[in-house]
Order: sequence, then C-alpha cells, then structure tokens
Amino acid sequence: MNPVATPFFFYLLAGIMIIGGILVITRKNAVHSALALITTLLAQAAIYLMLYAPFVAGVQIILYAGGIMVLFLFVIMLINIERTQKERQFNKQWLVGIAAAAALGGLFIAVYTKGKTLFPEGRVSYEEVQNTQGVATLLFDRHAGVYMFAFEIASLLLLVAIIGAVVMAKKRI
Amino acid sequence: MLSAQFETDMEAMLHISTLHYLVLGAALFLLGVIGVLTRRNVVIVLMSIELILNAVNLNLVALSRYWQGMPAHMGGGPGALHGQVFAIFVITDAAAEAAVGLGILIAFFRNKETVNVDEVNLLKW
Repeated sequence: MNPVATPFFFYLLAGIMIIGGILVITRKNAVHSALALITTLLAQAAIYLMLYAPFVAGVQIILYAGGIMVLFLFVIMLINIERTQKERQFNKQWLVGIAAAAALGGLFIAVYTKGKTLFPEGRVSYEEVQNTQGVATLLFDRHAGVYMFAFEIASLLLLVAIIGAVVMAKKRI
Repeated sequence: MLSAQFETDMEAMLHISTLHYLVLGAALFLLGVIGVLTRRNVVIVLMSIELILNAVNLNLVALSRYWQGMPAHMGGGPGALHGQVFAIFVITDAAAEAAVGLGILIAFFRNKETVNVDEVNLLKW
C-alpha cells in the first residue's frame, strides 16, 4: 500500500513532537510535563508507522506510553509536588547549559549540511513484508537470529533493574 | 515569480527523505539535553533522558528503513531490520533506567524531602 500525504503527516507529527518536547522541559507542574511527554511518545509511534515499523510502534505505545509513563506519574503522585512548584525551576547553570546545547546543535547542523549527500533520495520501493516476523527472525531464529544472546542479556538487565528498584524503594537503605 | 532555487528547496522540503527524520531526531535530542542541563526537578530530568532515548530510537528506525532500501549485496533488503531490533533493546534499557532512577528518587525524597538536583550534594567533594 502506498502512503498517502506523507509530507503533511510528517510535518504534523513532527510539530506535535517538537511542541510536546518543549512543553516537557518548560512546564512547572511535573504532571503536565508527563502528559506532554505521553503526547510526544504517541506521535513518535505514528512516525514509526510511517517508517513501516508497526512492531516498534506497538512496543512504543504499550511499553513507553503505557508502562514507563504510568511509572512516572505514579512517582509524581507519591512525592510532594506542591512545594516544588513554588521554587525556582531552573538551576544556576542554565545559561551554560543552553550554550552547551547550542554548541551541540551547531555540530548537528554542520554534520547534516555537510553530510547531506550521504543520504541520497530516501525513497524505498519494496513490498510491505511481515515486519513482526522479520524482527522475530532476527531475535529468535536458530540460524538467522544474530541477536539471541543480546536478547538473553536484556533479560538479565531487567532482573538487575527489578532488584535495584526493590532495594532502592525499601524502607531503610 | 519563484526562483529555481526556491522551487528545488520546496521540492526537497516536500519529499520526505531519511534526513528529515534524522533532523527531527536531532531536534528532540537537543530538547532533551537542554532539559537535563537546566531543570532542577529530578522527575523532569529523567523525562528529558527519556526524550534523548526516543530521539536515538527515531534515528535507529529511520536508518533501518533507509538500509532496507539498499541492494541485497550490501546487506539491505526487506529483512534488514537491525535498527528496529536495536530500538527494541533501547526501549528495554529505558524501562530499566526509569525503574532504577525512580527508585533512587523515592529513596532520596524519603531522606531529604526534596526533589531538586542541586540539593543532591552528599557525594560532593
């Protein structure tokens, strides 16, 4: 199936993502930041769909927007937010921080204007394949699954994260 | 009357290529960096880190799409989904990071009754 009105949807979703990102880093109330971040993540899931990555889009919605952000909101509700709203929101080094970020942005602009020709016409013409099956082949297949070991190590990482979270949230550490 | 340069620019703007996605990822990355460097609230710093990780994910998926269009002898083709697999690993990593980071935040809040980063100075020399 050919995509319809790609530029319109790209710029719409990109605008939503950028505005959401700006709201995340400027809002005083952490709950508003979390809601803006959820909007950004959902728009990014739509961008994944535009890039023919439906499995990653589903994982993004279920795990990021559904799992991690609920964790964030839960912690925001646990800690006291009224007092922090009355305080200064930006630290003393904010000018240095913005200067450093501007330098990084200049680097990005230089790289992308110099390296423009590295990405010639990105139009790809191939049939839509079973994306989820392709991802599963790379992860689990006995012969083609080059990432099987990394997948197992990821389970170890999650185990460490579970233990770490439990230990950190204990009553006395 | 429109100049030829302007028309080619408009053409490049309307033809969405891999570079567009990379520039969007760079913009999100910069927003995340600004958030990490300037905010005081630890929760928002963690959310900015999530923004950075998402920018990286966007780059990975866009380049995976680009690589799928490469000829087969260069490793391309419909089965070249390595970038998407990497994106899934990055999402796993983000989940682990959020769980541990928020656990540390709860422990910190219990001890000092604040969520400001610049009051975390116990290890400061």
